[in-house]
Amino acid sequence: MTTAALEARIWRRFTPAQRLARFAVYLAMATAIVVSMQTVEVIPEFLYDAPEQMADLLKRMWPVAFAYYPKGVHEALVETLHIATLGTIMAVAIAFPVGLMAAHNITPSRTLNYIAKLLLVSSRSVNSLVWALLFIAVFGPGALAGTLAIGFRSVGFVGKLVGEAVEEANEGTIEALQAVGAPWLSVLAKGYWPQIQPAFWSVVLFRWDINVRESAVLGLVGAGGIGMALDTAMNLFQWDRVAMVLFAIFAVVIIAEIGVTAIRKRII
Amino acid sequence: MVTVSASADRIAFQPNWWARAGWIALVVYIFYACSLLDFTWARFVVGLDNGARFIGRMLPPNFSRWEILAKGLAESLEIAVLASALGILVSLPIGLLASRNLMPAWATWPARLLIALCRSFHPVIVAIVFVKALGFGALSGIAALTVASIGFIGKLFAEAIEEISLKQVEAVRATGAPFMNVVTYGVLPQVFGRFMGFATYQLDSNLRNSTMVGIVGAGGIGGALFAAFQRFDYDFVCAMLLSIIFLIFLGEVIATQVRAVFLERGKIDEE
Repeated sequence: MTTAALEARIWRRFTPAQRLARFAVYLAMATAIVVSMQTVEVIPEFLYDAPEQMADLLKRMWPVAFAYYPKGVHEALVETLHIATLGTIMAVAIAFPVGLMAAHNITPSRTLNYIAKLLLVSSRSVNSLVWALLFIAVFGPGALAGTLAIGFRSVGFVGKLVGEAVEEANEGTIEALQAVGAPWLSVLAKGYWPQIQPAFWSVVLFRWDINVRESAVLGLVGAGGIGMALDTAMNLFQWDRVAMVLFAIFAVVIIAEIGVTAIRKRII
Repeated sequence: MVTVSASADRIAFQPNWWARAGWIALVVYIFYACSLLDFTWARFVVGLDNGARFIGRMLPPNFSRWEILAKGLAESLEIAVLASALGILVSLPIGLLASRNLMPAWATWPARLLIALCRSFHPVIVAIVFVKALGFGALSGIAALTVASIGFIGKLFAEAIEEISLKQVEAVRATGAPFMNVVTYGVLPQVFGRFMGFATYQLDSNLRNSTMVGIVGAGGIGGALFAAFQRFDYDFVCAMLLSIIFLIFLGEVIATQVRAVFLERGKIDEE
């Protein structure tokens, strides 16, 4: 090749196929945004007085009704934490067998793998509020429905990550245990468990943190916890109490996140 | 015959007393919390009975009012698309401001505080406040999910920028490029692939939540779903749930495809 031909070559970062694919994605995005903007129903009158309404809301929220905390918020807040914790424990109890069933190196059957994965996906694709509505229809309003909702929603998350951690486990330890004739329960407990332990604890803590946030909302549909206090205060237009509840949720979420981050740093 | 060595009483796996104490504490906690929240076996059995009747009434799903269903789903989809677009647009500068390797401390602190504030409330709770400020309808849903998107993308974008290689940034800086050019040519190309990953994930997550914000009146199919639950209209509920699950599943498939297009190296960022 002559130098002129070499110089005439054009260097591009991506292949034509890649560029075409990217262009298609951009085009689809732009179309989706434009179509949505044209069809979405927005009432402009509501937008005009939004600043006024917002100022009114803040004025009603101030001063925050801190005096209401011991009477109406504390108990609900504790209930929320129990819902989140019990739900996480329940999720782990269900997620372990399902996660093991989804891992192909523990369960050699393909059909069982698929069934387990289907269970995990269906748990994740239903929102915790929908789970709560379903369990309220079955068990009636209250913390029981909330706990089951949190539990069922978390199974998919925990089970998927447990299954992946098991699949990534090092085979050497497992073979050594099998070679000395260890029964499969011992292989699980002494071969797999120590290997997946760090991943497991970090997943559980992370999910608990998410569950604290989610269980604060469940009360809006009647599934117990601090959301009930929020719903009551809102229905009575007691915005200073709403501000108190929001403040309590904010504080708990921040404390939970700081705690979880600190524990994760020590474990991993 | 093999003589047993002196260490015959050696145990391969020492009992871990801390772990056993942990198990006992866990069981005690479960019993304590269950009694506190008034969970009883009797309630559970009554519930199972209810559950059978409930499932009986859900089947077969009733798609006869498909106009309401389609309208709600379309509105949820619109909310998700617009909130994602708006959220991504706003979180770009905020994420950049929050990255500690490019910005001074006086810029990162307020940006990080804003991101933490956006992240700490569930979208449905944010929607309540916006329903009061902006009225019922899709606009409040868009605003609430935009806030959620800023919290999520802002945080991950800032983290991605903090992990970039500074060599390229320095090279661009050495040519005397102004700050905006450093960002465009030194920073953005390094994080773009991952950024598209977050963006599609957020679109997916907004789609899930946009079907829920309707519960507090912020538009989308959630309002119709909640109303049907309260009317004990369970076969319609079942139809709506099936459609929502189908839509979310479709969204997940598309998101995976889009991520594959923008994947340069490394793995897809999972949930």
